[in-house]
Amino acid sequence: MYFINRIQPYHLDILKEVGNIGAGHAATALSKLLNKTIDMKVPAVRVVSFEEITELVGGSDNVVAAIFLRIEGEAPGNMFFMLPVNEATNLIRYLTGDQQFDLNSPPFQELGLSALQEVGNILAGSYLSAFSDLTKLNLQPSVPALSVDMAIAILSYGLLELSQVGDYAIVIETEILEKVDVYSQKTSGHFFLLPDPDSYEIIFRALGVSIDDGSC
Amino acid sequence: MMEVVKVGMADLNVATSPQKIRTSGLGSCVGVVIYDETTNICGMAHVMLPNSSLGKAELINKAKYADTALDVLLEKLLKMGVNQALLKAKLAGGSQMFKFSSTSEMMRIGPRNVEAVKEKLKELRIRIVAEDVGGTSGRTIEFDPLTSKLSIRTVSQGVSEI
Repeated sequence: MYFINRIQPYHLDILKEVGNIGAGHAATALSKLLNKTIDMKVPAVRVVSFEEITELVGGSDNVVAAIFLRIEGEAPGNMFFMLPVNEATNLIRYLTGDQQFDLNSPPFQELGLSALQEVGNILAGSYLSAFSDLTKLNLQPSVPALSVDMAIAILSYGLLELSQVGDYAIVIETEILEKVDVYSQKTSGHFFLLPDPDSYEIIFRALGVSIDDGSC
Repeated sequence: MMEVVKVGMADLNVATSPQKIRTSGLGSCVGVVIYDETTNICGMAHVMLPNSSLGKAELINKAKYADTALDVLLEKLLKMGVNQALLKAKLAGGSQMFKFSSTSEMMRIGPRNVEAVKEKLKELRIRIVAEDVGGTSGRTIEFDPLTSKLSIRTVSQGVSEI
């Protein structure tokens, strides 16, 4: 039987820790890149239906800038870094110095898009290398791909592998936050890690956990 | 009352006027509308994968695959009293959200979904009267069975009608 049906709460806790370490490294990388204090929220790990995923990405018509990387190696999967369009625009302006750049009005300057892809590359790369160190699994990110579009249209791409075995996904989600002042923070992005169906067993085994422990 | 019937990902549903039917955020998925103008009855499927033989689960969700979803949808429509000979179809979606130089067949899923839907409609002898497929954008579509118009919204090109 497919693993998702046998998932136990402690499995989710383990995945949460994986997300925690990965996103911690990514937040540090972003802090250095922007020279700002970047925080992160402890990852949420949930088993969600495809329907609920729509809500997770902010409703069906929510538009985001997303960087997508395919994870290759021993535990393949998909990884997304999504951020609100205005946040992405500000990030690009900051990195390139081009104050005219606006992700709300295409066509876009190649340089700006390239800068955003590079941010995604750095963040996802640091997330993934932490993940790889923890599990001792050999994992490599693909070249990043960028899309500015409806969040669910983008994320559904990452669900294709999972959709072959069921209508549920285990989503490892982390929120990255920028500290505005002592009292407030604003959301700077979300990470979504979606391992391929067969990768869960490999990840748990690498961490020394049997998937059949305590199953009913 | 104007009500909009929502169709989720890998889901299907039917509607009659004055209802409308809508699905959001089609990426590589294909939205298929089958309708009968004489009865103002329509159905919509949000197809995710081309072929149910791809499914590895014991119990498959028939709404997910092109080859099984349209059979289920047709059956539902016939129960509601449509005239099979008068059925027409419109479709939208099947884009490639990311330009990837990958060898993975998964990356080409959009065009494959479109092909599979067309093949199935041909088999069911349902004529396609309009389509907006391919490209690299996500689409949100809404069909009005009263006017038989399918409105398509994208982030970059606004709203169009087919």
